[in-house]
Amino acid sequence: MLQSQKPRYGEKAIQGLLAACGILSVLTTTAIVISLIGPTIGFFEIVPVDEFLFGTDWTPQFEPPSFGVLAIVAGTLNVALWAMLFAIPIGLGAAVYLSEYASPRVRKTVKPVLEILAGIPTVAIGFFAASFILPEIIQPLWPGELLGGAVGKPFLALAGGLGVGLMIVPIIASISEDAMSAVPNGLREGAYAMGATKMKVATRVVFPAALSGIVASVVLAISRAVGETMIVLLAAGSTPNFTLNPVEPIQAMTAYIGVTATGDISTGSLDYKSVFSVGTVLFVMTLAMNMVSIRLVRRYREVYE
Amino acid sequence: MTEPGATAPRNRLAVAGARATTVAMLRNQPRRDIVLNAVFAGMLLLAILIALAGLVALLAQAFVKGAPALSTDLFTNPPSTAFPEKAGFRPAIIGSLELIAGVILFVLPVGIGAAIYLEEYADKSKWWNRLIEVNIQNLAAVPSIIYGILGLAFIVRGPLDLGFILAAGSLTLALLVLPMVIIAAREAIRAVPDSIRQGSLALGATKWQTIRSQVLPASIPGIATGVILAVSRALGETAPLLLVGATVFVTFDPTPFGSDGYSAMPVQIFNYAVRPQEEFQTLAAAGIIVMLVVLLAMNSFAIWLRNRYEQRW
Repeated sequence: MLQSQKPRYGEKAIQGLLAACGILSVLTTTAIVISLIGPTIGFFEIVPVDEFLFGTDWTPQFEPPSFGVLAIVAGTLNVALWAMLFAIPIGLGAAVYLSEYASPRVRKTVKPVLEILAGIPTVAIGFFAASFILPEIIQPLWPGELLGGAVGKPFLALAGGLGVGLMIVPIIASISEDAMSAVPNGLREGAYAMGATKMKVATRVVFPAALSGIVASVVLAISRAVGETMIVLLAAGSTPNFTLNPVEPIQAMTAYIGVTATGDISTGSLDYKSVFSVGTVLFVMTLAMNMVSIRLVRRYREVYE
Repeated sequence: MTEPGATAPRNRLAVAGARATTVAMLRNQPRRDIVLNAVFAGMLLLAILIALAGLVALLAQAFVKGAPALSTDLFTNPPSTAFPEKAGFRPAIIGSLELIAGVILFVLPVGIGAAIYLEEYADKSKWWNRLIEVNIQNLAAVPSIIYGILGLAFIVRGPLDLGFILAAGSLTLALLVLPMVIIAAREAIRAVPDSIRQGSLALGATKWQTIRSQVLPASIPGIATGVILAVSRALGETAPLLLVGATVFVTFDPTPFGSDGYSAMPVQIFNYAVRPQEEFQTLAAAGIIVMLVVLLAMNSFAIWLRNRYEQRW
């Protein structure tokens, strides 16, 4: 009755073609790694590894140049630190509010509005940070000469940090809210039955139950903050500075790559190679954070879905 | 909630009173908890208001600052440092449109193809399929400037050696948003229930016929939503373009393969934004308005599409 299956070559060919599309993504990663490694090795043939990894002076344009990557790693961390100090409380507060307090109608309107924020191009946020947050908010409000004072400086790590913070609030709010909404209602009802207030339910029941998702959102947000280019370039400056002081201009790793590797850079020069070695540091840092974040998200999915 | 007969005025009063008393009895929590709860709720509300205020301030500032430069000159005139009052974005707008066209041509087939493979064909117990999956998740979070490095070393120079042309920028952006398209398309394909596939297979359709005639048509709105969001990301992306040759003083209309250089909207905005003179700041803000209007329209369309076609099986 049932025909024995004839070989269908067309079907096989299509499957092969589709698989090739999937494999292309692996090739992209491979290409990224290859394009980073080659020039990085070339760079270390000229600049000693320990000078690069432990040096705190980043002065490629001087003679002799110094390539201490810690100066621009500090710049990146400086911005990321202030960004997180802003975005973690705001993002988590928004997430708890949306998941536990807001009526379904409020949630349905506010969540997409927050997601609009995630869709704003970073060059626009950078412009806002440089021409509004810095002159209209930080400089008037910064207490006088604290840490050297903020007045009269065209770039500040804090301005970049707040701009980046604004960018990552929706990431934290959205992923954390998903994690909290995935907590089964039975847990909440159990706590209410014991006489807990809404705050206790939110902080002692829902928050711990959603913790892996919340941590994942924060880790992903840090990784975004570390990898952000335009906001730091526009608001935090291009002055390598080994400091975590928020009211100093700094240079982040991404900003160094962005200003150095423009069209007219000559292939094979030390500057060209330095871009790739900074890129390697950036890639390794963000990759590690992304892996952690992916693992954590998978964990909360497994528990409740 | 209310009992039948509770609508008559007198009854209503009695019912409301009984209800309020019971509620008040059960609300008998320690005063400290009630106060703390209110303070906590206030803080949460404050957090969300700060986030929304940031968004509103950003939009308002761009509009206030850019309004004086809003005119058709923005769309018809090339950039200029000598006459900022006449400068515009024409080559950048055309460049961005061409970049986006290239991105769509690339990510549509490749992104949907990869998503179909992962959802319909891939055997999850095989290590290489899991590798592809983890790899895509990782790629989605690689900083955009790293894609710029990839574009510079692999596409502009190196193996592909295209040179600093618009097509190279387009390919770089396409690789950047490809993971996003794949992830969204997978989600859309996964949402098609298995009964549809089994029904089609039971009628004698082959696997590919099932996918082409049943699974794909049903998941098109979902895929379209993902593609639109990915394209809007590509449109606003600046950093990788700095590395793959988008220059700013292109005064002619760029072509996809022309070697005289090309420009893009966000790169042009960036270049105006770094100039301290007020005229250029105004131009940057005006460019931001144009871009925000386009992006918000695209995002709203994606959301509308999602709601309109949200299919219940």
